[in-house]
Amino acid sequence: MATITLTDLVKSYDDTQVLHHVEGAFEDGEFIVIVGPSGCGKSTLLRMVAGLESVTSGEIRIGDRVVNDLEPADRDIAMVFQNYALYPHMSVFDNMAYGLKIRRIPKDEIRKRVEDAADILEIRDYLQRRPRQLSGGQRQRVAMGRAIVRDPQVFLFDEPLSNLDAKLRVQMRLEIRKLQKRLGVTSIYVTHDQVEAMTLGDRLMVLNGGYVEQFGAPTELYERPASIFVAGFIGSPSMNFFEVTVAEGVATLPSGAKMSSSTTYSGKATLGVRPEHMSPAPDGPLKIEVGMLEQLGANTLVHGVLEGRSEEIVASLPGLEHINVRTTLGFDAPSESIHLFDETGVRID
Amino acid sequence: MLKRVHFPSSPLPYLLVAPQIAITLVFFIWPASQAMYQSFLIEDAFGLSTEFVWFENYELLMEDKQYLDSFGRTIFFSAAVAFLSMSLALVLAGFADRVIRGAMVYRTLLIWPYAVAPVLAGALWVFMFNPTLGIISYALEFVGVNWNHYLNGEQAMALVIFAAAWKQIAYNFLFYLAAMQSIPRSVIEAAAIDGAGPMRRFITIVFPLIAPTTFFLLVINAVYAFFDTFGIVHAVTQGGPANATTILVYKVYNDGFVGLDLGGSAAQSVILMALVIGMTVVQFRFVERKVQY
Repeated sequence: MATITLTDLVKSYDDTQVLHHVEGAFEDGEFIVIVGPSGCGKSTLLRMVAGLESVTSGEIRIGDRVVNDLEPADRDIAMVFQNYALYPHMSVFDNMAYGLKIRRIPKDEIRKRVEDAADILEIRDYLQRRPRQLSGGQRQRVAMGRAIVRDPQVFLFDEPLSNLDAKLRVQMRLEIRKLQKRLGVTSIYVTHDQVEAMTLGDRLMVLNGGYVEQFGAPTELYERPASIFVAGFIGSPSMNFFEVTVAEGVATLPSGAKMSSSTTYSGKATLGVRPEHMSPAPDGPLKIEVGMLEQLGANTLVHGVLEGRSEEIVASLPGLEHINVRTTLGFDAPSESIHLFDETGVRID
Repeated sequence: MLKRVHFPSSPLPYLLVAPQIAITLVFFIWPASQAMYQSFLIEDAFGLSTEFVWFENYELLMEDKQYLDSFGRTIFFSAAVAFLSMSLALVLAGFADRVIRGAMVYRTLLIWPYAVAPVLAGALWVFMFNPTLGIISYALEFVGVNWNHYLNGEQAMALVIFAAAWKQIAYNFLFYLAAMQSIPRSVIEAAAIDGAGPMRRFITIVFPLIAPTTFFLLVINAVYAFFDTFGIVHAVTQGGPANATTILVYKVYNDGFVGLDLGGSAAQSVILMALVIGMTVVQFRFVERKVQY
């Protein structure tokens, strides 16, 4: 068990800097999710912690050891890869025992640890099989098993669920979460899926273009996104954005309608409001010309544009709603759900 | 019931395979059947009389101690060439797989020997090991080795093995490198995280995963050493000294064109042909199915 501290971490390939001064202090036993679009540097960051990529500058600490120049083997970590990276020529048992054999752990002990892990993951029946004889979900479990038998200080997950089908993904997601809580091992989990990130993480680090946009609890990211990027990335469907002028906290929409925020800001800004925070109000400031409906059962998404303009907007209504397209609906949102961002995309409070 | 699809017959497919069939007929089937026929004949050295003797040539060969010795020598030679060239190629490929900067240059240089004709490869080694002029034999003198492959049969054999193996390294290297690069990077990384150092990863992960390639190359190298090394032997030792490097292919030539025993030489080449066919069958039967893991 260990804390992980990233200090002023930079990664460059030749002249291109791909990670910019990343800072983070992860608590012992915490489940950290690094989330961002593809190419944001999240996998690179994970691989640096694993020791598979060199550190250009800055410092990585696991516990109180600086691990910058340590080989992966000496960092006491275990990693689950996106393609599982099982050893194809070994049985499931040997796959899980490989790391233990290298550490010269006695045979009986290896057998016991592998079987215990197999029981936890319910793969006891497959121990003698080869990876190619297993389904995707089973391989995933073996990869997890290989990580947990080692009893490392840190688990690293590199998009481990992205090769599974949707249903299995939800199931494995829960299992990973439960397993991590039960073992209490500090974990870093990389994903591009914001739902996965929200459900798994104790804290989320949102990366974009190599910069940390925000680092905090999932609810904090949802309720108080620090930037337009985080606001648009977290939450599904995405937040609606409009260019507005604000005077003393009151924003004037492109359509001329006014909405009040909980700030006292004046000037140009981007206004954001989440679809699920909009409620029908015939006289409300947000008038939607309905273009399309998505009836999902639990809620109904209303897609359209602001009346008489081209700005697209989505509203989410609870339950099944039947609304005719090309009608115009009014919506309002409470001032505490109105987010304002300045021209650089930073949140205004 | 599946409906059978009938295509209208057309001469086009036959036309398209005709060149290949013509080449096979002219350059393989015809000479092979000639050799087969010749192996049933005994001629005098001047070609004045010919007698059809069925299998007498083969019977003579089986009683010929020199031929049987040559057989054993060839097996030793093949095994040595295959082992030497494959193990060196494996080591080189292992390193090339880790090289990032200048990888292209490194690879290109390693592939060059494959483009060298066997006779030239042999000539190169002869120059380097020439007992009076050669740079290597000169160097060997300082460590107390008196190199003279014109007199010493074992040294002659070693030299032929070096030359033959050297030429084949490039080919083996290419296949090994391709095999290593097809192993997913993450499998190697997983092993590194599991605590295996480079040597251990090579032995426990890389080598088992390229086993199918090793098997394939083993057959290819055996075939090469058995049949494609005439030029090297001819350039380096001409089978000598005292037949110490007379391998089967060389004996075919020597008995036929030097000794003028055409029937016996033809019989030997038919036996060699049977061996090639046998090895090819082995290769297709097993390589197609791959060494399973």
